[in-house]
Amino acid sequence: MNPALFDRPGVYLAVAAFLLAVGIFGLIQRRTLIGMLIAGELIFSAASLNFMALNRFVAPDPVVGQIAVLFIMGLAAAEVAIALSIIIAVYRNYRSIRAKELADLKG
Amino acid sequence: MSAFPLAGPIATGIFGFVVAITVLGALVAVFTRRIIRAVAGLALCALGLAGLYYFLHSPFLALMEILIYIGAVCVVIVFGIMLSEPDEPALAPAGRREFGWSALALAVSAALGAGVAYVSLHGPWPAPAAAAADGSVESIGAALLTTYSLPFELISLVLLVAILGALAIARGGRGAP
Repeated sequence: MNPALFDRPGVYLAVAAFLLAVGIFGLIQRRTLIGMLIAGELIFSAASLNFMALNRFVAPDPVVGQIAVLFIMGLAAAEVAIALSIIIAVYRNYRSIRAKELADLKG
Repeated sequence: MSAFPLAGPIATGIFGFVVAITVLGALVAVFTRRIIRAVAGLALCALGLAGLYYFLHSPFLALMEILIYIGAVCVVIVFGIMLSEPDEPALAPAGRREFGWSALALAVSAALGAGVAYVSLHGPWPAPAAAAADGSVESIGAALLTTYSLPFELISLVLLVAILGALAIARGGRGAP
């Protein structure tokens, strides 16, 4: 008998792959910095879900993956704080956070 | 199965609901034009992810996901939105280049996601290993203070430096015109 839907690693990994795809799409397509930041958070979530799925189904020690995901969450929080402060500084200088207008270094 | 009669179908239904919330939240987070709705989509996606973590036998991480992502990250992004004007500009009328760019983004992400999803759905995953330890909160705490104490301290250092750096960067231009 097949295991239930929530007991198959493939389902979780497919959801993680979907999150990664959506995040990359948003990262390419968004035109404001905060939109790109949100898409980046989706990619972080995809990585965390991958860690947790493999931790549950493959790894013998179920503590390692949880700690890795905790570290990912901490890094994501730090990244959001830094990125938002940069965004606010950029907005103060440019009056806009569209990625296209930040072209001072463009040759 | 278990003592409760319809336990299997009910659990499968809840699982499908959680997956649907995650997928819907991710789509909302990327496709809306109002950025505040994108943040709401991110929060919805985090809620679904918390449910998925619960199904992966980790209620601790489910609570952490809600606490950190919805309670901290989304709130901070909302503050950032209030301090700037991040709404996506309306599509330019002559948007052929934009359209091509979106099509390229769609093609790249769809190819990547479909490839990874195909591999993960068809790959021969090994049978679940016998658990060497229970993944309880107690064992997580013990591991954090013994095996992983150095990364634990390092991540608190990273968070401290991030806070100081955020303050320094965001305060820097104050007073300038």
